[in-house]
Parts: sequence; C-alpha cells; structure tokens
Amino acid sequence: MGADTTHPVGVELPKGIRPGGRGRFGPFGGQFVPETLMPALAELEYAYRAARQDPAFRQELAHILSRYVGRPTPITAAERLSEAVGAAVYLKREDLCHTGAHKINNTVGQLLLARRMGKTRVIAETGAGQHGVATATAAALLGLRAEIYMGAEDVDRQALNVYRMRLLGAEVHTVTSGSRTLKDATNEAIRDWVTNVHHTYYAIGSVVGPHPYPTMVRDFQAVIGREARRQMLALGGPPTHVVACVGGGSNAMGIFHAFRRDPVALVGVEAAGEGLHSARHAASLSAGTPGVLHGALSYLLQDADGQIRLAHSVSAGLDYPGVGPEHAHLAATGRAQYEAVTDDAALAAFHELSRLEGVIPALESAHAVAWVYSRRGHWPNGARILVNLSGRGDKDVDQVARREAAASRMGGGADA
Amino acid sequence: MPNAGGGRAAVRRLEAVFRGRQRAALMPYLTAGFPDLDSLPALLAALAVGGADAVELGIPFSDPLADGPALQAAATAALTAGFTLDGLWDVLERTLPSFPLPVVLLTYVNPILAHGTLRFVERAVACGVTGLIVPDLPWVESGPLRRLTRDRGLALVPMATPNSPERHLQRIRSGEGFVYGVSVTGVTGVRDQLAPDVLAFASRLKEAVRLPVAIGFGISTPEQAARVGTVADGVIVGSALVSAMMQDPVHAAGVATATVRALHAALDKQEGRGPE
Repeated sequence: MGADTTHPVGVELPKGIRPGGRGRFGPFGGQFVPETLMPALAELEYAYRAARQDPAFRQELAHILSRYVGRPTPITAAERLSEAVGAAVYLKREDLCHTGAHKINNTVGQLLLARRMGKTRVIAETGAGQHGVATATAAALLGLRAEIYMGAEDVDRQALNVYRMRLLGAEVHTVTSGSRTLKDATNEAIRDWVTNVHHTYYAIGSVVGPHPYPTMVRDFQAVIGREARRQMLALGGPPTHVVACVGGGSNAMGIFHAFRRDPVALVGVEAAGEGLHSARHAASLSAGTPGVLHGALSYLLQDADGQIRLAHSVSAGLDYPGVGPEHAHLAATGRAQYEAVTDDAALAAFHELSRLEGVIPALESAHAVAWVYSRRGHWPNGARILVNLSGRGDKDVDQVARREAAASRMGGGADA
Repeated sequence: MPNAGGGRAAVRRLEAVFRGRQRAALMPYLTAGFPDLDSLPALLAALAVGGADAVELGIPFSDPLADGPALQAAATAALTAGFTLDGLWDVLERTLPSFPLPVVLLTYVNPILAHGTLRFVERAVACGVTGLIVPDLPWVESGPLRRLTRDRGLALVPMATPNSPERHLQRIRSGEGFVYGVSVTGVTGVRDQLAPDVLAFASRLKEAVRLPVAIGFGISTPEQAARVGTVADGVIVGSALVSAMMQDPVHAAGVATATVRALHAALDKQEGRGPE
C-alpha cells in the first residue's frame, strides 16, 4: 500500500474507495460494527439504493415533504442583521419545518424506507430530544412503532420533549449507563439493534454511524441545499459563503452538498463550549483526533488511550464527541473550513437574531449566526452569506432564561 | 504463555488448546483492571487453578457497544479506578512469561488506533499475548490489522453470528486461532436460557471452517457450558464470572476459582464427545 492510502492512525485503506463502494469519504467512514450488524447494513444499503431509484418512493417522499413538513422552506434576507455585520446575510429557514427543525427531513425519509423494508419497529437515539420528536412524528404519520433512547441527564433537562415524544405515541427509554447522555443513548440504540435486528429499523439522527447512514442521511437532508441554491439564484445570485453549525453535522451536510462543486466557501461551525483550551467543548474537528466511534472512522474527542471524552456545549444538539465522516473528509481536503464558537458567543447571537430579525434561533443554529456576527466589519465587499437556520429556539428559551437568572444572581451579566 | 517460540508457533499453541482433548476447552473472560489492575496477576492465577484452558482478557472501553450491563459496569469501574493501557502492558510483561495458559486480548478498535496499530500489536506480542478479539472490527474492515498481526504471531480471531451469511463463513476460513461464535444476535450478558439453535449454529460453523470453534455470549451456568461443549471446541464465559466477582470484589480471586472450577467440572462430565 502506498503512503497515500495510509491513514495517520495507521488504518491502511484500499485505493479509490468511495461512498457507495465501501462507504468511505477519503479514509473516513467505514463499517466498524459487530459482525451481527453487517448483514443488516447490507440489507439497508440494498433497500436504500432500490428506493432511491424507485419513482414511487421519491414521489411519496416529495409529497410528504411538501404537504406535511412544509417544504420548500423560504429564504429570508436578514436586512437588519446584514446591516449589523456589514454584509448581505440570508437565512435558510429550516426552523419553519414541521416540528421546528431540519431533523424531520431525515426521519420522514428513513421511516418511509423502514416501512418499505417491512420493519414494524423503529428505534432512535436522541440527545436534546429533537431527533426523538422527529422520529416519533414520522412514526405516527406512517403508523410505525417507535422507541427512543435518551440519556438520563437529557431526560431530566428536556422533560418537555420527553412528553412530546410520548404524546406522539413513542416509548422513551431512559439510559443510565456511561455518561447518561447522547453518546450512551446511541450505544444503547445500537445494542437494541444488535439484539432485535430482524424486525427493527434503526433511524440514526445525523450523518454519523456506519455506512450507509452518513450517505443516506446526507441525501435525505440535501433537499435543504437544493432548494437554497435555486432560491439564492432567484434572489440575485449565488452565495459567497454557506455557513452551518456542526454537531454530528446533518444540517451542514444537507446545505453543503448542493454547493460542493460551486466556487462557494463552506463553513462549518462547531461548539467551542467554554473554550477550546478548557476541555469543556464539543469541537471534534477543531480540537479532536481521528478515531472510531459508533461505527465510523472520523474525528473524536478522546484521551491518549482512545477512551471517548465527554463533550460539552450549551446547545444539547451539538453536545456530541464525534462528527460525521464526510465532514472529516471535507476538513482534510480543505473543501470546507471548520470554526468554533463559544457558549457565550452563541448566547449573544441568540439574543441578537431575536432582536434584529424577530427570529429566535435554536442554540445550535445560533452558533452559525455567531460566527457570521464575529466577523462583522471584516466581510469583503460583495459577500453574500447564506446561513442554515437549522431550527427554532422555542425549545431553548426556558434553559437560557434560567441560565441568565442564575448568572445575574451570581452578579454576572450574562445578557448580551 | 511466553511467545518465545516465534509467531506461528504461538498461534499454533493457541489453536492446540481447543484440539485433542476429550472435552471442550474452557476460556473464561476477565475485564482487565476490575476490580483493579494490581489484582490481575492473582486473578489470572485463580483462573488457572480453577481449570481454565485459556483466558480472554478484556481491555475496558468507554463505549462498549457489544456489551451488556455486567461488562459495561466492569469496564466503567476499571476506568474509574484509573486503568491505562501502559499499566496493563506493565502487568502483562511481568506476569505472562510464567503464566501457563494462552491469553487472548479483547479490545474495541479505537484503543488500538489511539495507541498506534503497529505499536499496539508489537506491545501485545512482546508481553506474550497470543490472540486478539476486536468486536467492532468486522472481517471486511480487518485486512490492515490482519496483515500486521499475521506476521507477528498474534491471532486476529474472526467472529461469526447466527445471521452470518455463507459468504462470511467462507471468508473467515483464512482466519487464525479459533472462530469466536457469538451464540445470539445480541450483546454479552447472563441469560436464563441458551439460544435454542446454538448447537446447530456451532455445528454449522464447524462444518464451514477448519479452525476450532469457541462459543460465547450468554453462556452462564455449568449446565449451559456443558451443553454447548458437546458440539463446540471451546466455551467462553464472561458476564456470569464478572457478575459473580462484582458481588464479592474483596474475594474476587476465590470467586473466580470456584466459578471456573464448577464450569470445568461440568465440561469434564459431558458425554457423547470424542477427541478431535
């Protein structure tokens, strides 16, 4: 094997493998799962390829996306924000999707596939509960039984989403192992899948996991970028920058994909938490190292022995110690750049966008806004910045209010 | 068992554990570092005294997605107690040269990558480890690691499951050491009953591959071990042993000896089985 096929951590790879072959993005991705799941992944890949090429499947998906999810979502020219940052800023309004975030694009696609495969039971992991709610919603729509794994910490912090999932008819399993958060909920969902693989479909919520999930989830989210590209042309021209937050990275891959061959800067914004040097962050690409978690080779937060470290972000949706393998590849090849934004900067942007545009962003999406805002006054002439506003912030209002009340009791001034 | 006889000889000695005896070989599993790393030499000795034929030693990992509650808890406890890979190599370097049984390491793939694949393999061989089981490295992803281990006398043990297709069984014919047959579609853990088709599964594996076949996952009691041992070349018992040790960590070595002794006695009594 030549040097060009040897990964920095010593994973030697066959030449020329691509997603669709062995599920690689450069050296990243793959299928690092127990042997029990290999037949299930093969079945899934086969079924997904067949569905993609089936006009009836595509038509049904398009129908649900337009009549139920509310697509296409609009683009808003954010005029007052543009004035504040000194460049034209456009918001792709995924916050206007049914259930309030882009997650539903993926769950509708995957659960249609699950039904087509004859699976009667769907499982999913969830952190803050957004993917859990989106899965429960699609399951209700399609008449499937959904069971959601959620870490005990998150069940406590996100009681309202737990209620929403149950209201939608899903069963919620509280995960008490490990760190009791998203990482462990994902482990538990994989253990369930290993055990019940014959009749159960595992609906992963981001562009992570073993092949074919990163490709499939990206494809289901790519509708965001396809719409946005067309809409931007109608609004006077293509963007110069496309900016999206990155936890696992599904909203970012969703908007990047259609622009991948255009002369457009792609910017992923990770959660720097309390700072990249604090050890309390979730910036796998900015500050992590290559490794395998949840079935794929990508960048991770880990110690010298390869034990996975806990992530931290004020935004539960970015609070994950890994990142999708295609992002690792885009970072390695330089096609996309990855930046990191602290909790405080994201909270400031949460306020700023609410006040300037009347749009309360999800704390996740606020990271993307914050990065754009952080460069105010330094944007080149003619910059046209497209921000993926991946979700609405109603879910975060209570948490932010409590955090600010606590900060003001401590004598700090957390308000932006 | 020291690796002094060189690469191939070490792997052949591991294969020989499963051959040429009247009963199935017994391979108990320990989580390294549970209850702490200092007690590992005494625990290994306790398994040998109880009648183990080989030992599977698990490296604790933060995210063990093939493991049930017992082995997750043991891994968490070991990591909390300060387990490190360097600490493990130190203990194994001191212990294995005079240890009479082959030792097979189980680790998830990420600690290998973090350590550096080549460095991991060389350290394991230098310590006298003769086999490696990586539950989240399926055969189709294992080529690079297999090429490194094969030249150095460390058997990278292929795994097979009840839902493995024929194609997989064909591929793993070129594996080394033994085939780890996972008796259930599921994770490790104590179960009341054996999977109903486990004997048929073991037979299917034995027909498909030339390597010895050891069966693990969900084998808990001496009766279950004896039943699987009527067909399989080896029986692996993990969660039941670790759970017993957890209930009485102060006397973990005594519990380990007693548990293994009972399993050994049941395998010795089994009937209807001839030598290979």
